[in-house]
Amino acid sequence: MLGLTKKDFNLLLIVVALALLAPFILNPFPSSSGMAQFNAGYPDLMQKFVIFGIFAIGFNILFGLTGYLSFGHAAFLGVGSYSCVWMFKLLGYNVLPGILLSVLTSGIFAYLIGIVSLRRSGIYFSILTLAFAQMSFALAYSVLSNPKFNLTNGETGLQVYADDPQIFHSASAPDLPHLFGLSMRATEKLQIGGWEFQFNAGYYLCAIIMIVMFYLSIRIFRSPFGMMLRAIKSNNTRMNYTGLNARPYTLAAFVISGMYAGLAGGLLSAMDPLAGAERMQWTASGEVVLMTILGGAGTLIGPVLGSGLIKYFENIFSKINSTVLHNWFSFLPDGLEDLMVTLIYPFVGKGWHLTLGVMFMLIVIFLPGGLVEGGQRIKRLFTRKKASDTAEDETAKSTTPAE
Amino acid sequence: MGILEVKNVNKRFGGLQALGDVNLSVQENSVHAIIGPNGAGKSTLLNVLIGKLIPDTGSVMFDGQSVLGRKPYEICQMGISRVFQTPEIFGELSVLENMMIPIFAKRDGAFRMHAIENSSNEKTIIEQAEHMLESLNMADQRHDNSASMSRGNKRRLEIGMCLSQNPRLLLLDEPTAGMARADTNNTIDLLKQISDERDITIAIIEHDMHVVFSLAQRITVLAQGTPLVEDTPDNIKGHPKVREAYLGESA
Repeated sequence: MLGLTKKDFNLLLIVVALALLAPFILNPFPSSSGMAQFNAGYPDLMQKFVIFGIFAIGFNILFGLTGYLSFGHAAFLGVGSYSCVWMFKLLGYNVLPGILLSVLTSGIFAYLIGIVSLRRSGIYFSILTLAFAQMSFALAYSVLSNPKFNLTNGETGLQVYADDPQIFHSASAPDLPHLFGLSMRATEKLQIGGWEFQFNAGYYLCAIIMIVMFYLSIRIFRSPFGMMLRAIKSNNTRMNYTGLNARPYTLAAFVISGMYAGLAGGLLSAMDPLAGAERMQWTASGEVVLMTILGGAGTLIGPVLGSGLIKYFENIFSKINSTVLHNWFSFLPDGLEDLMVTLIYPFVGKGWHLTLGVMFMLIVIFLPGGLVEGGQRIKRLFTRKKASDTAEDETAKSTTPAE
Repeated sequence: MGILEVKNVNKRFGGLQALGDVNLSVQENSVHAIIGPNGAGKSTLLNVLIGKLIPDTGSVMFDGQSVLGRKPYEICQMGISRVFQTPEIFGELSVLENMMIPIFAKRDGAFRMHAIENSSNEKTIIEQAEHMLESLNMADQRHDNSASMSRGNKRRLEIGMCLSQNPRLLLLDEPTAGMARADTNNTIDLLKQISDERDITIAIIEHDMHVVFSLAQRITVLAQGTPLVEDTPDNIKGHPKVREAYLGESA
């Protein structure tokens, strides 16, 4: 269906279900219960899940298929963000032109950086992309924000001011990012028992775009073009001596993934019309690498899972402070309670990076294929228990195609 | 005029004259072997032929066109295919996909943005690839991971991938190096079958005399970067200069 095999179509259905039902899935605890702080079903965070999902899906087209590890993708995210805010400033708060321009400018940007960076491969390519991204960061942070020519508004971040032209802005339209009048912050709340579910317009816009982008990435993975990209990763020498020019293939993959990143950046601005230079910093580039590897590089659904996991940790783990910990361990005798809190405290709150680091190490060492490999192993464990004779057949099948 | 004409090629690496005045003419639809002791310049010559090295002087013409200064993929698109000493295949791809890629390259050229069509809908390409695999007796393995095959099978697949593009010249660099005897004989049979059934020129660089004498119609002996003799296998066998180059003067 839709030009997909049954297996891929099922995968798409899973992603559609996850995205559309996220307000329920991410809100498993009643709002009055002590566990409510682990709920992630509020608009702000759900938007981040899908936006960074798009970012990682695009990154995976480059890294997962061709094996070229870019350390500069945050530059495209930033370019997309700035483009979108500029459209708000010039044209008005409708998000559509902003999102379109962010894809376009990041595509051009990726083409220019790609032409230079792809002259080298391996570690040299990574360093080149990193250098370009840091240059972009420096440009955005200081160089392009002088009084004569203020493109990025430097440290403050680019935002919409009252004296901006906004030529298509009408009095009836909301004074916030909107899609033909539908405010991105419009949220329907649904009370069922102790639960409160939130349905946010901005989230659903992002979710639908993410689903389309996920579908597109399946098509690219399964196309002859995708096959060529995998061939480049597998053996560049044979590629050349088969009469294929690898450079335009890798460049096309680079531009496509840059446009995905730009789209994600545009959506970030569309949800919150403020673009800062820190979005371009190398930590942001590193984050998308982590997301992709954590979820499973080269797999279809891996990047979506990886970005969800990291964003969840970033926002939920970081909120656990010592008071919360003391509450958890209050059933223990005083001395023991303090000991437990002292032991765990470095790993939560501001120290959530420590947990992420440990988790990353464990996954890379024990599950090199990321969360997707973990899922496959669990699935294999169950099928083996049910029917041990068909298990071998299953493993043979699951190793051949990159899912 | 042969299909491949090498004229007055010289190549120096610092103080070492790797190739000195090499002249070589490979006749169309023949099997031409280049042999020589270690360090004779065989690999350097091959690298010149496929555009990896540019000689200091001289010319290399394929079918009337110079190959010098062209990129490997351009040389391949001209009709020269290369088989490597260690089989170079797409190890992360299935056997069938390995076979599909050269057929795509033959149909679409060096680059084509082909991102939306599903590769499993490319019926003619798949048919051709499966046909090729059948002729190699590898049809049963088409969904296997190519990296896990034996060296002999990898070699077979690599040769098949080259042939699927209908090249006019097939260059082989020690195709049986490091192979078990049975695999070596299989490879010899395969190459014989290829040269009998197709309009194809085969140039082969080889150490193993068994392989050379069972395949070649012409043999060039290279020593210290210069061709010593060029003749038929029967005449080469007893040639005093060849014995000298391989075994030393006193022999």
